[in-house]
Amino acid sequence: MKDALGNVQRILVLGGTSEIALATVRALARQRPGVQVVLAARRSDRRATASASLAALGIEVAEVDFEATDRASYERAIGFVFDAGGDVDVVLVAFGLLGDQERAWQDLDAALELAQVGYAAAVGCGVLVAGRLRAQGHGAIVVMSSVAGQRPRRSNFVYGSTKAGLDAFYTGLGVALAEDGVQVVVVRPGFVRSRMTAGLKAPPFALTPDQVAGLITAGLRSGRGTVWAPPAMRWVMLVLRVLPGPLFRRLRI
Amino acid sequence: MDRRRRLSGWGRTSPSVATVHAAGDDADLRGLLARVGPRGILARGLGRSYGDAAQNGGGLVVDMTARQRVLSVDADAALVSVEAGVSLDQLMRLLLPRGLSVPVSPGTRQVTVGGAIAADIHGKNHHVDGSFGQHVTALDLLVADGTIRTLTPDSAESPLFWATVGGMGLTGLVVRATLRMKRVETAYCAVDTERCADLDDLMGRMAEGDHRYTYSVAWIDCLARGRSLGRSVLTRGQPATLEQLPPTLRTRALDFSPRQLLVAPPGIPSGLLNRLTVRAFNEAWFRKAPQERRGEVQGIASFFHPLDAVARWNRIYGPRGFLQYQVLVPFEAEDTLRRCLGMLSDAGQASFLAVLKRFGPANPGYLSFPAPGWTLALDVPIGAPGLGALLDRIDEEVLAAGGRGYLAKDSRLGASAVARMYPRLEEWRAVRRTVDPDGVFVSDLARRLGL
Ligand SMILES: Cc1cc2nc3c(=O)[nH]c(=O)nc-3n(C[C@H](O)[C@H](O)[C@H](O)COP(=O)(O)OP(=O)(O)OC[C@H]3O[C@@H](n4cnc5c(N)ncnc54)[C@H](O)[C@@H]3O)c2cc1C
Repeated sequence: MKDALGNVQRILVLGGTSEIALATVRALARQRPGVQVVLAARRSDRRATASASLAALGIEVAEVDFEATDRASYERAIGFVFDAGGDVDVVLVAFGLLGDQERAWQDLDAALELAQVGYAAAVGCGVLVAGRLRAQGHGAIVVMSSVAGQRPRRSNFVYGSTKAGLDAFYTGLGVALAEDGVQVVVVRPGFVRSRMTAGLKAPPFALTPDQVAGLITAGLRSGRGTVWAPPAMRWVMLVLRVLPGPLFRRLRI
Repeated sequence: MDRRRRLSGWGRTSPSVATVHAAGDDADLRGLLARVGPRGILARGLGRSYGDAAQNGGGLVVDMTARQRVLSVDADAALVSVEAGVSLDQLMRLLLPRGLSVPVSPGTRQVTVGGAIAADIHGKNHHVDGSFGQHVTALDLLVADGTIRTLTPDSAESPLFWATVGGMGLTGLVVRATLRMKRVETAYCAVDTERCADLDDLMGRMAEGDHRYTYSVAWIDCLARGRSLGRSVLTRGQPATLEQLPPTLRTRALDFSPRQLLVAPPGIPSGLLNRLTVRAFNEAWFRKAPQERRGEVQGIASFFHPLDAVARWNRIYGPRGFLQYQVLVPFEAEDTLRRCLGMLSDAGQASFLAVLKRFGPANPGYLSFPAPGWTLALDVPIGAPGLGALLDRIDEEVLAAGGRGYLAKDSRLGASAVARMYPRLEEWRAVRRTVDPDGVFVSDLARRLGL
């Protein structure tokens, strides 16, 4: 149960190796020691490393197997975490796939995998988690969307399309859950320096995962439904969204 | 008729949503127990606990204020039997005209008898009269198996009585109680007021003179620092006798009909109460207090419940809400108290006056808060950075001195701290298990603190 100062007790990360999610866990744990976290991810060295890095900070970590392409797997994982142990205060929905964007619109397998992981599984997990948090009568969902979902771009529109769908779903979910005491925070980062973007050229407003985490925890505290990272992205996207197509294409972004 | 509702405590922090059921008769409540789901059930009174004690996220919450009948009054024996949802306000309006006052009154009349028992509340008279549970001669408790147990303080069932007094609603639903009221000649108090220059001055006067008064409480200006640390106004009094009243009041000495003057409007932003506004308020308040005044006659309402004149005053803290921090520090640990107050005033957390009071002996309640020592309470708005860490540090000081925090006010302690603060927690759990082995009665507070 969250306390009066917004300190949380138990966190579930779906996509337990996400750098932004791990940074958010660290930020929440810094507010007050004694946090428990469950990392749901594929069994891998990366998961073990993530787990060890949190444990080293005194965070109580558990791991659970989670495969976004397999409905039975994510149903089992979410059911297990909510059935065993105390209430979950925050669920971070942070799994995702960028993939090879050129293959993604030409190769059927690649396209469907992106759609499954980036959209279908996100919706599936959203439904399950929402049901559990409603039953608890409190809690928050933080979902990693992206500015890429705000206006499709030539360079990553398949990825962008999954984020657009995910964003719409969770934005609506937030409205649907408002009466149930459950907060949904849709996070729309711009460029984040992380494993996913390693090798890409970083634009001037690029943020680190820790910076995004700071914005997320502030959003959780203030009860906001949308977090732009950086906050100014909101205005940039407002302009980009209404830019006429020919002009937008000429920007080559 | 049951409704899902968002519930919070008086501090308006960390709400949760529960199914709220307006309590019907005993059969209705028994029926409710038969359909309790995995999230359990909990009684709620007037929601004047500050944190999450009267919340049960996802579960059932029984609104006991629907049970508000006064069942019998025995004026000769000063005994009154009531349903648990009767408020102290209701009791005072009904019984003061008959010369009976509630035995223990908190800083607001808007609490139910059930809530007063569950938190074993204390008033300004703790050092002479003890806490609320000591004035309960019997109570009816609906327990998890659907039976109603009549409990008294000294019988075979007394462990359950004392686990319920201070048990924060976690042993069952208190449905009825019999209280021993206090006889008074008037609805007034005779009050002495003294200004105290600093904490030593204050504690000296209280230690030396509290035993001469029925009521004693001090208001400390938390923003006063350095040499003025603990600058305060001490007010102490007795129930006024008829003779002490001015002649004009004597003919209506037992009249009691306090009015609510204002309702705080919704929509006040957080941050209105900041260091500047609060400092100005505290300063004005201190200067307004007389250096010394003896025998002033004050109405019970203004002496005990000055805040009740403004309905929903908790709104002035804005949407982020506030918390109340109340701790007990045993006698002999005055240095700890001084350090804690120093830490608070150094941090300059905008707080209105803090309240300091001396407790008398403890009662057998397993989780009762009062015990011999000093209790300090203050409201703090949420939002100041570093507030959590500051209060955690103060908790450590309090713990090291063998003190504790008050569950009815708590909204942020941790499970390990509470286990150390309440050494009889294990014993209490054992008694609770005898009537509720599955933990059907549960609250957000209980989940947060692992009670
Ligand atoms: C302005 C103000 C001043 C205060 N001053 C004082 C003070 O001086 N001294 C003091 O001790 N406290 C003080 N309090 C705290 C208050 O007295 C307690 O929190 C009290 O328990 C509130 O009663 P309630 O009816 O509002 O109960 P709620 O807040 O609704 O519930 C409190 C607890 O009681 C349980 N409960 C309620 N009814 C029942 C029932 N029928 N059966 C079983 N359990 C039940 C609930 O489950 C919960 O755990 C103050 C509060 C305010 C807002």
